[in-house]
Order: sequence, then structure tokens, then C-alpha cells
Amino acid sequence: MRTLTLSLSLLFTLGLASARQQVVGTIEKNPGKPHIAVTDFRATGTTAPSLMAVFNSTVQSDLQSSPLINFIPKTLYPLRIPQVPNDLAAGEASANTKPAPIPGFRLADWYAAPAQANYLGMGYGAEDRGLFVVFGYFYTTAPNITDLQQAQIFGKVYTGSLDQSGAIDAAHHYAADMLAQFGGTSLVGTRIVFVSDRTGSKEIWAMNWDGTDQHQITKYGSISTFPSVSPDGHIVAFTTYATGYPAIQMFSLDTNRKLPFYNQRASMNAFVTFTPDSKQIIFSSTAAGGAAQLYMANTDGSGFRRITNSGVIEVEAKINPKTGTDLVDVSGRSGLPQVYKMNIEGTDVQRLSAGTGEATNPAWSPDGSHIAFAWTKGFEPGNYNIFVMDVVTRETIQLTANEGRNENPNWAPDGAHIVFASKRAGRSQIWVMNADGTGKHPLTDKGGNEKPVWVNAEK
Amino acid sequence: MTKHKIKMALLSALVLGLSAGCQKKIPPAPPQVPAPLPENNAPTNKPSIGYFTAEPSTVTVGQPSSLRWSVTDATSVKIDNGIGEVSPNGRRGVYPTSTTTYHLTATGPAGTSEADATVTVSSPPPPAPVPTGGQPTAREILAKQVQDVHFEYDKSDIRGEDQAIIQGDASALRTIFQIDPNFIVTIEGHCDERGSAEYNLALGDRRAAATKDALISLGVPGDKLKTVSFGKERPICTEAMEDCYARNRRAHFSAAQ
Repeated sequence: MRTLTLSLSLLFTLGLASARQQVVGTIEKNPGKPHIAVTDFRATGTTAPSLMAVFNSTVQSDLQSSPLINFIPKTLYPLRIPQVPNDLAAGEASANTKPAPIPGFRLADWYAAPAQANYLGMGYGAEDRGLFVVFGYFYTTAPNITDLQQAQIFGKVYTGSLDQSGAIDAAHHYAADMLAQFGGTSLVGTRIVFVSDRTGSKEIWAMNWDGTDQHQITKYGSISTFPSVSPDGHIVAFTTYATGYPAIQMFSLDTNRKLPFYNQRASMNAFVTFTPDSKQIIFSSTAAGGAAQLYMANTDGSGFRRITNSGVIEVEAKINPKTGTDLVDVSGRSGLPQVYKMNIEGTDVQRLSAGTGEATNPAWSPDGSHIAFAWTKGFEPGNYNIFVMDVVTRETIQLTANEGRNENPNWAPDGAHIVFASKRAGRSQIWVMNADGTGKHPLTDKGGNEKPVWVNAEK
Repeated sequence: MTKHKIKMALLSALVLGLSAGCQKKIPPAPPQVPAPLPENNAPTNKPSIGYFTAEPSTVTVGQPSSLRWSVTDATSVKIDNGIGEVSPNGRRGVYPTSTTTYHLTATGPAGTSEADATVTVSSPPPPAPVPTGGQPTAREILAKQVQDVHFEYDKSDIRGEDQAIIQGDASALRTIFQIDPNFIVTIEGHCDERGSAEYNLALGDRRAAATKDALISLGVPGDKLKTVSFGKERPICTEAMEDCYARNRRAHFSAAQ
């Protein structure tokens, strides 16, 4: 958690500094971030060599999409590529080395121009008893470290199935181990729950964090939408019309079965958010008539009690995952929908968004310091972009612009990535980007896909 | 009186039959003696027709007109055009599709009296309706006469320009619940695509509820009306233009499942 906080504060200090200068736009790459070179791995054997291209490209894209480091283009690398620790020499070349060595085998060659790497990743692949095996190393090139053993940060063996998915899996783990050195929380093994209509009706789906293994969770043939996941990763709560009216359903992600939940007698029960201990929820209900208000209950619907009494629409409550004592929601208190903050008893209500246009879809960063949200700032109704706000200073940076409708941002557990829904390519699809707005890429392309939620726990 | 006699006879037979069926020897109840006919009041005059009117006497196609009549000293009162035998005093709603003269014939022991009432159908008759066997069903009225109510962006109050529509809806819904007291109508609240799906779910709920409240204030029984919001999940058009947005911001009526 300490490293996570560190990485976030780093990210947002930079982000907001830049935002002050240019108001709108993405954050500049940090020149002070570590520069990392990772060689193209080669392999021996009959099948493994054909898997190295996908291994190398996966490692590269994982590193390039991280806001924590700068990845050095491979065209700048020295000519000789080390593969095993025995290839390497530390520090400056000694006087009695053979004349004019081809650069690449000394860590100093990587520290020098043009690569100017602070760190070097290298290794090789092989196959062993039907498995894909990678030996992955990571070195610092710091010139003051002359001992190779000291320069090595880690050397690990990664294994996977002897096919493309095994190679991709090994690459993700190797990249995650490198990023972990700089405060990166690994996303490997995390999942994203979302809504897809690719079967003809809106159902709840899940996929791996990188878009692989997309699979259907609900099969109601109705409208099932607005998913949220308990912080412990066990329950997905969503809203379904399976009984004719928008009602909440709890579903176990462990057993793929419905869990008991008592819906209040109301025309609408929807939009669940969990407390940090995963034991209670807050949601919107019309149980008392009038506009939907916020209520709290246990995860089976018992212990139902009222939180707000504003007389206007109150939706999309999101409990602060760090404190558990305050929440943000979307309210019509000042006319068009805006993002508000209040404590969990419904008191101390403050508007967070600027009050212009429509602000909606708030989502907390894992450390509770920021929210991402969708805002029509400067555009017609419906033309949303993703923004991030420091909840204390209210300073806001814009992460998307002039690329269609972008909404429903949700943070990755590493606090450094944001998943969102975008119509930039036509129908709504799930996209992911770094929390500074760089590195946008789609995860889905079948049917229409929306309302992504990053599951804050491994399966 | 004759009818009464027959009824009593049937009842007695039924009681007897049941007793026999049960094989219990309960003595049959003695049949009730019918009251004697009042012999002193036999009419001596021809039947007198107090009035025979059609109100309104001019209608457009599909609108009802009410025939009313009052006859004394008659043993039989008949109206033609498919109405047949009626009681001496009464009223009957008719739905003539063209101008029709109704002929009333009152017959008594002392003779016969006659009168006419004409309902003028003002507009030319529409294309021949699909023969549905008489009055439209509740479902047909819902589909043809109950219109969607529309709303401004981010609003859920009934607009001034929609007052006439909601009054028409109230009238048609009252008719529906008279025809079929078991009928339940669902008011669906819908929104255009611009706001968030989350906010629109709650906004559609407000639109359906505001429509229900307005109908209740116009005399529609609230226990026959359910509401459901579809937010922006069920648009009737998908073009990104105000014309389409306006059509989607609606309260729509459907038969409850």
C-alpha cells in the first residue's frame, strides 16, 4: 500500500503541475522516470522459438503502457544482446580486454548513449518437458555498482503452457516483476466485469485485465446492467429486469450462482456500492415514493435504512474505498446532474463538480485521493469526456478529448490505469488507458460493451 | 309475472332434483304462491309515450348517443334497429355508423302507440372497420386511443401542451377499466440517449410516476396503474438529433403482463 500511495502521489503531482500550465490535455511524460531497456528474448527447442515474438511484444506493450517508467525504443540498443548473466561484465571495460569490443556485453554500454538505460531486462526462452520456460533477469546499469551480483535486481524462471497463451502469461508476469520495482501493483490475474449485448440482450460479462477470456456470467435474456463488485472480489451486484422491474441481484463470482437478496417493494432498486469490508451496501431505491434516494443495507437486503432525503434524484453512490466513511454520488440538487460528496450518514453534503454541464459516473481511486468521472464540460449534453479530480484541492485534469463519447471510468487496483467505455470507434467498447490519459487501447470489439468495473482482487 | 312463475317452478324442480340426488327424504318446500294479478288496474287507454329522444341527436362516427324513453299503459315496448324488447322506462347507448331513425312501438291491451327518434351522424363514415364483433376491447382502446406523453430534457413534469393528451388518456383509461375491471396498465418512463444510463433510470421513474399522478387526479383508479422505468434502454429511434431525442423522452402505456 505504501508503494501504491507513492506511485499515485508521483503521478498526480506531475499531472496537476502540467494541468496548471495548459488546463486541458494529457500529462507530459516524466523526464525523471526510470528508463528501461528490455532485449528481445530468443529461444531454443522446436516450438518455443515461434512463441518468442508474442512474448517480446507483450513485455514491450506492458512496459510501454505503464506510467511508472519510460521504455527505451529497441532501435537505440547496442549491437550485442546479452542472454545469460555469464555474457555480462559490470562497470567500465578493464584495460586488458581484447581490443575494441562490440558494445552490449557491459552494463555500461547500456547506460551510455544512445540507449541511456537505467535498467536492463534480458534473458532467453526454452522448452522443458512440454512447458514454455523463460529465464528473465533484471539489472541496474548504475555506473557506481561494479559488482555484477549487486547489479542484478532479480533473476527468475517463468513457466507457461507451450502455446501463445502460455507465452503471453509468462510475459505479463515478467513485466509485472520489473514494474513492481517502481511501485507498480501487478494487474496480472485481475479481471474486469462489464456489460455486453453481443448475445442480443444486455448481460453481465467478465474478462481478464488484458481482454482475454471474455465470458458470459448472466443468461437472463432481459436487461442486466450496472454491475459493481465487492472489494473482496466474491460478489458482483447488478440491476436486472428479469422480474419486469429494475431490481438488484447479488451473484457469487466464486460459484456462479445467485445469492439471496431482498429487494424493497419499489419501482426501482439499483446502483450498488459496497463498504470496504464487503459486508454492507448503499444503493438507490424509490421505496419511499418520489425521486430515487440512497439507502444502506446488508448484502442480503436486510437492515434497510435511509441515508438521503433530498427530494431530487440521487444515484451512483460510491463509497470511499480507503475510509469507508464518506461517499460520492450523482444528484440533481442543483439542477442538471452533478457529482456530490457526503459522509456515509448523508450529512455534510458538498458539490465536487463545477456545476456546469453534466457530471456523472464518479469512481474512486484505490487510495481514496482522487475520483475519475464523466463530464460534458464545454460540449453539448451527452458529449462526455473522462476527467480526474483531486478530491481535496478540486483540481481537475482531462484525460480524453475529441474522441467520441467517453464514460463510466473505473480504476485498476494499481491506481495507475483507468478502464472506461468509449464510442470513439462507433458502438460502445471497453478501453483502458494510463491514469494520465496516455496509452489508450481497446479490450473489446464484439457487439456493444459498456460499464466496466475492475475487480480489486485476484480470482 | 309469468317469468316469475317459471323461475319459481324451475327452482322447485331443482330443489326436488337435488333432494332426490342426495337420496334424503326431506319433504319439498311448498311452492310460494304468486301474488294475484291486480285486476282493477287494467289499462283502458292506448299506451302513452311520455318521450322518446336521442341525446345528443347529432354525433360523429364512433361516438355514443343515448336513447331515452318513457311509456305508460303498455304491455310490450319494442325498438327496432336490433334493440328489440325493452322495459317501459329506460335508456340505451347506441353507436350508429350512419344517420339512423329508431322506431319505438308500444303495445297495450287497448292498442298501439309509436314514436321516432333520429340520430344524425355528422361526418362521412370511415373505411369499414375490421369486424371485431362489437365494442373495441380494452387492448384495442389502449393501442389506439392512449397516446404517449412527452417531456422536456431532464424534466418530469407534464407540459402545458400535453394537458389535452393526458386528459384524453385519462378518459380512454377510464373506459378501459370499465370494459375490463381486471385490466392493468403499465406506464413506462423513457429518456433520450444523452444523459447517463444511471441518472436516466431514475429520471424515467419520475416521468412514469408524474404521469400516473396526473391520471389519478383525472379520476383514473391508481390501483390499475403500474410504473416502470426503462431509462434509455428502449429507445424508439436512435438518430442523434433533437427530433429523435424528443420522441424518446416519453411515458408510454402498455398492457401489464
